[in-house]
Amino acid sequence: MNRTIAIAGLAALCAGGCNKKKDEGGGGSANAMVKDQAAVKAPEPGGPVTLNASGSTFQKPFQEAAIEDFTKANKGVKINYGGGGSGKGRQDLADQVVDFAGADSPYKDADLAKNKGGDVLYFPILLGAITISYNLDGVDKLQLSPTTIAKIFQRDIKKWNDKDIAADNPGAKLPDTDIVVAHRSDGSGTTDNFTKYLDQAAKDAWKLKSGSTVEWPADTQAGAGNPGVAQIVKSTKGAVGYVDLSDAKASGLKFATVKNQAGKYIEPSADSSSAAGDGIDVKDNLLFSALDAKGDAAYPITYQTWVIVYARQADHTKGSTLRSYLKYLVTDGQAQLKPLDFAPLPRSLADKAVAQLDKIQVP
Amino acid sequence: MDLSELRGHKHYGDRAFHALAVGAAALVVIVLGMIAILMTQRAWPALGGVFFTSTRWSAAEGIFGALPFIWGTLYTAAIAIVIAVPISLGVALFVTQVAPPWLKKPMVSLMDLLAVVPSVVFGLWGVLVLSQHFGLGRSFLTAGIILSIMITPIITSLAREVIETTPASEKEAALALGATRWEMIRASVMPHAKGGLVGAVMLGLGRAMGETIAAALVIGSALGQITLNPFASGNSMPAVIANEWGEADQPHKAALIALAVTLFVITIAVNLIATSIVQRSMKRSRGA
Repeated sequence: MNRTIAIAGLAALCAGGCNKKKDEGGGGSANAMVKDQAAVKAPEPGGPVTLNASGSTFQKPFQEAAIEDFTKANKGVKINYGGGGSGKGRQDLADQVVDFAGADSPYKDADLAKNKGGDVLYFPILLGAITISYNLDGVDKLQLSPTTIAKIFQRDIKKWNDKDIAADNPGAKLPDTDIVVAHRSDGSGTTDNFTKYLDQAAKDAWKLKSGSTVEWPADTQAGAGNPGVAQIVKSTKGAVGYVDLSDAKASGLKFATVKNQAGKYIEPSADSSSAAGDGIDVKDNLLFSALDAKGDAAYPITYQTWVIVYARQADHTKGSTLRSYLKYLVTDGQAQLKPLDFAPLPRSLADKAVAQLDKIQVP
Repeated sequence: MDLSELRGHKHYGDRAFHALAVGAAALVVIVLGMIAILMTQRAWPALGGVFFTSTRWSAAEGIFGALPFIWGTLYTAAIAIVIAVPISLGVALFVTQVAPPWLKKPMVSLMDLLAVVPSVVFGLWGVLVLSQHFGLGRSFLTAGIILSIMITPIITSLAREVIETTPASEKEAALALGATRWEMIRASVMPHAKGGLVGAVMLGLGRAMGETIAAALVIGSALGQITLNPFASGNSMPAVIANEWGEADQPHKAALIALAVTLFVITIAVNLIATSIVQRSMKRSRGA
């Protein structure tokens, strides 16, 4: 009996989640399967239940706000979101230490097989902007193209009045100040997405590749977490660093507008990040990258974060609570995002996430 | 009450105590052994190749060279020792030889108090005061200074105990021959305490090399830095592990565990040397 469920579950997942080739033949039966699952309505979670989670610190402020709201409305439910980084979240979920994980990037294909609980589902929950924050007296407006950003961060450009920066800012008065580059000292999803963006948008100029840590030149400064980088930028004349929008605003930093694919310089904001989410290709398993998105209004350094759960839940109460919490995150909870300087999911993406809730199988 | 019963009871207690003591001792060895085996096993993929030869640390390219971090660990620990040893010995000598009795007790408890301050507090103080207020930046020197403050109480308290084992007769003999206080310290105290003092310094060195959070906060996290310039930013093995673990995938993880193994081996070696030196000096002083 168990095995049949497993196989059926796998088939359903594969039709929805395998990003290799679309198999039109299999699609129909899998859809029927999904409908069957949906028929089993999640009953109101009764009795005390605790969900544990860890992972992305990027989405942590949202999780905290959402948990407060959700647990107020659902008495007896307790949710702990521990943070610790996307890598930790993925590992904890793989080892079944937590009930769900937050992550800014998905599992690598090679690691998926090691997940003890079988197949996973990705739920995008929000988008966010990475700002290029700077500290430069007398310059309140700064425009940067991806190539210039790449050159600044790998120390090809060392002065603020360099000709590349001047070319991005026609008519602006740029001082002869030394540039101080600030980056993360800890492994980070923000670094991963920022360097991925440069690798994509400034292919020819960017040489440091991408990853949660990269080989920054030695004459740069490192700070712990987004607040650490913000702190360096704030306290150092001539400094520039990549900081997520909410921390940049919290520290009162100035940030540059960044040239997008359409050639427009766009200011980072919740709206311009949501706009980036509108113009992207989303795979069937809801994996996508919002970096360097098309669209006139899209802020190009927009990144995304997911909640990852196992498709087949072992426990009835936990599974159904998890499903209703996820539903809250991608529907009503989205209203919490803007005050935190995060961008809500665009309608199209939120609908897909809601539809995917039916793929969570609760015994 | 029967006497034999009593004896039997005592015998039983003895056996239980024996088992407990042996068990505890064995447990330590087993845990240590298991740590070593498991970590080496997990680090194995990264330990070969360029790990001990390359100066590059690039997760993107899968190149993991630990040399700059080994250098950073040893260099900051060395700076810490250079600063901490004169201060610690000075305090220890002051407390044991110079200070009036009413000052001795508060001095000792003050130094011991310094030893229980959590390392993250020192680290934050380093970031806020040393690197920002005094403009030292995040560098080998800042890390070295913070580490020196953290190991001073350890070295001081060990040095004090070693110095206090100097027999009064030897000190009085020196003074009776007309030696000044300094000459007495040089002629009687130092030769007697030398071995123990070296051991104390080595234990401080071990602590300095293993310190994680404080170092991670103030060392600057720069890659590839093998330089004698104390004002340069660098990185140390424990700091790299603490900073990068959360987001690491394979083979990055294996490389971080390999760093841990390297650190483990170095600190154990330092501690073993320290203990053997202390023991030898204890034996000598007991013999004298």
